[in-house]
Parts: sequence; structure tokens; C-alpha cells
Amino acid sequence: MNLTKIVLATAFAFSPAAAYAIDISGAGATFPYPIYAKWADAYKKETGNSLNYQSIGSGGGIKQIKAKTVTFGATDAPLTGKDLDDSGLVQFPMVMGSVTPIVNLEGIKPGEIVLDGPTLASIYLGQIKSWDDAAIAKLNPNLKLPKQAIVVVRRSDGSGTTYNFAFYLAEVSPDWKTKVGVSTALQWPVGIGAKGNEGVAGNVAQTKGSIGYVEYAYAKENKMTFTKMINKSGKAVAPGSDTVQAAAANADWMSKPGFGVILANQPGDQSWPMAAATWILMYKKPEKPAESAEALKFFAWAYAKGDAMADSLDYVPMPQNVVNDIKKMWQAEIKGADGKPLYSPTN
Amino acid sequence: MASGERDVSEVALKGASAPAAVSASRAAVLRRLRLTDSIFHGLTRGASLAVLALLSGVIIALIYGAAPALSTFGFGFLFDESWNPVTERFGALAPIFGTLVTSFIAMLIAVPVGLMVAFFLTELCPKMLRRPIGIAIELLAGIPSIIYGIWGLFVFAPFMQEHVQPLFIDTFANVPILSTLFAGPPYGIGMFTAGLILAIMVLPFVTSISRDVFDAVPPVLKEAAYGVGCTTWEVFRYVVLPFTRVGVIGGFMLGLGRALGETMAVTFVIGNAHHISASLFAPGTTISASIANEFTEAVGDLYTSSLVALGLILFFITFCVLAIARYLLMRLQQQGGR
Repeated sequence: MNLTKIVLATAFAFSPAAAYAIDISGAGATFPYPIYAKWADAYKKETGNSLNYQSIGSGGGIKQIKAKTVTFGATDAPLTGKDLDDSGLVQFPMVMGSVTPIVNLEGIKPGEIVLDGPTLASIYLGQIKSWDDAAIAKLNPNLKLPKQAIVVVRRSDGSGTTYNFAFYLAEVSPDWKTKVGVSTALQWPVGIGAKGNEGVAGNVAQTKGSIGYVEYAYAKENKMTFTKMINKSGKAVAPGSDTVQAAAANADWMSKPGFGVILANQPGDQSWPMAAATWILMYKKPEKPAESAEALKFFAWAYAKGDAMADSLDYVPMPQNVVNDIKKMWQAEIKGADGKPLYSPTN
Repeated sequence: MASGERDVSEVALKGASAPAAVSASRAAVLRRLRLTDSIFHGLTRGASLAVLALLSGVIIALIYGAAPALSTFGFGFLFDESWNPVTERFGALAPIFGTLVTSFIAMLIAVPVGLMVAFFLTELCPKMLRRPIGIAIELLAGIPSIIYGIWGLFVFAPFMQEHVQPLFIDTFANVPILSTLFAGPPYGIGMFTAGLILAIMVLPFVTSISRDVFDAVPPVLKEAAYGVGCTTWEVFRYVVLPFTRVGVIGGFMLGLGRALGETMAVTFVIGNAHHISASLFAPGTTISASIANEFTEAVGDLYTSSLVALGLILFFITFCVLAIARYLLMRLQQQGGR
């Protein structure tokens, strides 16, 4: 041990450049991977520090941070306050997106078909089996819906997207809450499973009469037929950054430990009912304070300068007041071995 | 063996009435040869033992990993259809069912077709076509399974959904058993499609092995049969098949082994649903597909352990298939000897 320390110390003493280029490592959710990669790229160009993010999935991210193999973990399904306290972690939202239902129906264009929460839940419970069902027809008086079996497509792997989707369905359907529940993986009553957002998008694109749910970016990139949703205020809204921002603005972020608010079914005329945030997990007293301090610098940089990049990839930046609260939390909670905060707004 | 050889060489040395210097150098050469031989012997033995060690390591790791699930659910794990990550109740029945059914469909199609192709190639095919068809079959075996999966999802499944499945459903709507087997909305993907894709993947194994063993049938047997007036079918049924049954069954088993363990292609087209359905058009899952889909994101020890337990079951099923195959071959060989 001592020998390694000496060798390392000498190595660092003789190569000052190495001391500056600290590698920040993170692992977790696949949903924010594109934007984290884009931010990391821009950050490296600006500061020379690189961020290595492995998109191994939310479950994997939680395992890795608990095993202390990474500087930060990332998850789409927030940890509970108790879990955070038990493991000495803090949690904060980094960026937002939305879950969007997509359909494959002949002659129906993106945004033409309208669904509401209870109907969506009934479809995924297997209670509504055909597209000409009265419940769907009632919401779409002007559409001619075919007498065609509904092919339900959902994730076969565990996923934060599923978590957010199931959370919303449980909010609006008591049946869903008791029969299926909320988790990253579920016992699905019906449907075919596909791996990843791209798998669900692919299956829906291939299968006539199908319905699926994906991150909004996948729906947009693949020009899928997304649905409008009736939100809590009874208004039909389309998915997009404006409706996600509306949902985020109405949320009470401080109501849950670790900002762990699921943005499902938020009030407000413009709110998209399945908005979703993605979180970062870090230790309050990290074993490697230098790396954690660098990671916090990166996150602060991303909050300050990353909005345009997020927008270009169809992610939604966090509101400024939430960012301010997050930075306050960093100063209060994340500390080095000497008890001093690792983040200060000035550096 | 080694000592026997040494004795012979010593006798040879003694027998030779050469000068002492020559016999000494000859002894040195022989010693060196003996040394290299024993090193070679050791290496081959080491390699074989390494395989054994690896195998037992895999078994131990599987049992160790599966222990939490098996101790929680007991034998009920094998007979429970539910797979609920929310309440953490897991059962292996649906994946086992899916694995066996898809493999059965695959073998049901691949075996007759493979045998026919092999017989055509060895007996009936014009010389000119032999090589192209043979190479095409072997190329099928070389296609990576992910390609089959993507082709299955993007080309084959939509075709099944629009043309084949509606036809089956309509045709058999009033036939007692078949109407249950081919029921429900045509999803395109499901157990039946997975079985068909597997059949295509297994076909080259059955065909190329059958062709090789058919080629080994002595021409005089076939010519004698034709000579006494046998039809082509009779030659195939009563001469070629009985003569080659051991090799042919070996080919089946190799194919079945592949069908049972195939992962990627099946995952794309089976629908990945932990359900047991009477209809072959319904989505299902297989053991390997479940593991591939869920392992990375399995949250909680019991979930992970249940997936490892599935792996253990697949290991066991494959082992049983191989054991049955060995037994069958043994029986056949004994009967052949009588």
C-alpha cells in the first residue's frame, strides 16, 4: 500500500499535467446517455477534463455507486429517502424528458389520436382489446378507428421509462395500482416485450395496430405516430419540451427527499402527464473527494451552459429555481474529509 | 504404454553391439524424446482437466447463484407461471414451456426438410447443382443469429402478421384442436414465428451432417436395392436411413442443442412475455431470451438469482437432451450389432 502511494506521489510530482486531467466516472440510466455524452464532449473541449459515462441502466447505476466503483450513479427511478440515508447518498435531478405513447394505425398521423390515462391503463391491462372500443371512440369523435386488435408493446428489460409509465398509470387507475404496481420491471398482463426504447419503437413501427411507449426523443427521431394525452386538468396536450416544462414548473420539487418527484399527472393546463426527470446519485462523504468535486463542477457547468445542447436532443433543462436549490443542497450536504463543502459557487 | 515402449528401446539398445559412445548418445536422444513425450502427455492431460474444471466451475457458480431463488421458492419454482418483479415472486414454468415448444416446432420442421435436402443432394441432385446448394446450406449455418433476429423482426414477422397467420386462423377456425393452437389476434411475432426462425437456423446442422453420413453409405447397398426394383423412396427409407441412423440422430441432437440455447434471434421474435398460452401465435418467452433481456436491469438479489436459476435449468435440460441422445445411440448400436 505504502509503496503504491509513494510511486503515485512521485508520478504526480513529476507530471503536473496528470494532476489536472481528472477522469470523472459515472454509470447508470440509458435514457440520459446521449445528452451526458454530448455535454461531456463539450466540457472536455472547454476544460480538458473528461467524463466517462457508461449507460448500463438505472439498476446497474445504483449497484455501481453503492459498490463505490464510480464517482456518480444515474437513475431514472429515484431512490427513497430511507434508501438515500441508509447508504449516505444524495440525489438530484439532472435533466428531464417525457414518456410518449406511440401507435401504428393506418391513416392516422402524429398527434391525431387522443388518449387519457384510464383508457391507456385499460389497454395495457388487456381490458380494451380493439381500436374501435367505445372508450377510445369517445375520446376521438372525429377519427374513424378500425376494428383491429390492439397489439400492446412494452419493455422486456427493466427500465426507468417503464417505471415512469407505470407510475402514471397507477396514479390514474386503481386497477393498475392493485393488479400490476410500479417498478422498473413488471408482470405485464398482456403484450409483447421488446428490449430498449429502440426495440419498442421498432416493434411498433413493424406491427400494424400496435401501441407502445418510448422516450419522446425516440418518437420524434423515428417520426412515430405519438398520441395526445388528456392531462389532469382535462386538456389534450401533445408531448414536447413546452408541455414537459409546464409539468416541471407545477411540481413541488422539495416535497420529496432527494428531489425525487415523479412528474406524472402534474396539474396545469399545459402539463404533459408523463414528464420524467433523471437523477444523479453521489456520496455525501465521498472516498475520493477530488473526483467528486470535479463531477460537481461538471454538473454546475451543464446546468449553466448545457441548455441549448439538451434542447437540440429533445431533453428539457431543469428550471433555474430548482437548480439553485440543488446547488444549495450540494453546499450543505456533499463534504470532503475535512468537513468543508466540495462545491462552492465561486470556483 | 510408456513403460512398454521403454522396455522395447532398452532391448533394442542392448541388442545393438555398438561402441559405448554411440549407445550413450543414442540413450541421450531417447531420453530427450521421452521427455518431450511426457511433456506432451502432461499438456494434453492438463487441457482435458481444464475443460472438466471449467465445467464444474460453471455448475458450481450456477448453483451458488441460484441458491437464494431455489431456497425461497423451492420446487415450486419449476411449476409457477408468475414472474412478478414488483412482488418478487418468480417461477420458471413459462420460460421452460417456451423453450421446449419453440425447439419442438423447430425440430418438427427442420428434421424432415433437412433429411429431404440431404437425400436430394446425395442421390438425386444433378452434379452441377450439388455444390451451389451445399454451399448455400452451409452459409445458412454461418449467418450470425442477430441477423436472423433482425430479419425475423423486420421482414418475417410483418409477413407472418399480414399473410400467414390470418390464413391459419381463418382456415382452422372450425377445426377442434387446431383452432386453439392457431388462435388470437395475429401479432406477427410469437412462439410460432420463433419456432420457424429456429427451424431455419437448425436446418443447416441437420442437413450437412445427414448429407455427410448419407455420402458414407456404400454405393453397392443402394445399387443392390435399386437392382431388385426398389423405388427411390424405398431406398431412402429401408437402406439409407437405417444404415445412417446413428449419424442422423447425432445431427438432430446438435440441432436441438442449438435450438434450446439460441438467444438473440428468439428474443427478437418471440414477444418476451412470461405467459403460457395454448395458442402458438401468442407471445411467449424462452429461458435464454429471459436471461438476455432482464439480467442487466434486474433489481434486487432475488430477481438476479431467479435468472441464474433459469440458467441452471437450461443447463439441466441440455444435459438431459445429450444424455438421452447418448442412450439412444447406444441402444441403436447394440441393436445394429445383433
